[in-house]
Amino acid sequence: MSRNPYVRPISTTTWYMRNGRYKVYVLRELTSFLVMFYSFLTLFALAALATSADRWNAFLASQQSTAMLVFHALALLYFMFFQTFPWFKLAPKAMPVRLGEKKLPDNYIIIGHYVAWVVISAFILWLAGVI
Amino acid sequence: MAIAKKAVVWGLFAAGGTLTSFIFPALIALFLLIATGIVPEGLQYEQIHAFASSWLGKACLFIVLFLSVWHAAHRLRVVAHDFGIRKDKLVANAVYSIAAIGTVLAAFYLLTIN
Repeated sequence: MSRNPYVRPISTTTWYMRNGRYKVYVLRELTSFLVMFYSFLTLFALAALATSADRWNAFLASQQSTAMLVFHALALLYFMFFQTFPWFKLAPKAMPVRLGEKKLPDNYIIIGHYVAWVVISAFILWLAGVI
Repeated sequence: MAIAKKAVVWGLFAAGGTLTSFIFPALIALFLLIATGIVPEGLQYEQIHAFASSWLGKACLFIVLFLSVWHAAHRLRVVAHDFGIRKDKLVANAVYSIAAIGTVLAAFYLLTIN
C-alpha cells in the first residue's frame, strides 16, 4: 500500500453535480427555502389580520401581481414534485406498518398518503371557501 | 439522554415534514388564488378573523407554523453544509434563531387576534 494514498479531491460546493441521485437530493432539500418563505408570508398575513380589516385588505391587495402569480404557480409544482410526492414515497420506509406477522404492502401506505392529501387539501380549500 | 433528545428532535422533524407535505400545496394554492385577485369567501376579513379568533383556529395555525419553521430550519442547516458552508455553529444559530423568531411571532400575532 502506498504511504501517500491519492485522495481524489471532491468539491465541497458542487459535489452533487456528479450524480443524478445527488442532484435530486439537493433539489428536494431546497424545498426548505419554500417552507420558510411561505411560513413567513403567512406570518405577515397574520400580522395584518391582527391589526385591522384595512391592513388585511391592504395585504391581500399587495399580494396581487402577475409576478407573484407566476412564482406561486412554479412554487406549487416544485413543492409537490420535490417535497410532497417524495415524502409520500418514503413513508413506508420511514414508518412501516406491521399487522401481526405481516407487513402492510408499501403501495397501500403510499396510496393512503395520496388519498389523505387529497382529502386534507379539499378540506382546506373548502374551509377557505374556494370549493 | 442524548438519544432521548435526538428522538424528540427527529420526531419534530418528521412531523414537520409530513405536515408541510400535506398542507403546503393547499396553502400555496391559496396564495396563488390571491395573486389572481380572487379572494375566496373564507379569506374575507370577517371569516378569516373569526377563524383565527377561535381556539381551534389558533391551535391549527400555530402548530402548522411552529412545525414548519423548525423543520425548514433544520433542513436549511443541512443545505448550508451541502453547499460547502462549514461554519455549522454559526449556521445553526442563524437558522434556529429564525425558527424561534417565527414561533414567537406566530404566538404573538395569534394571541392579539381577538
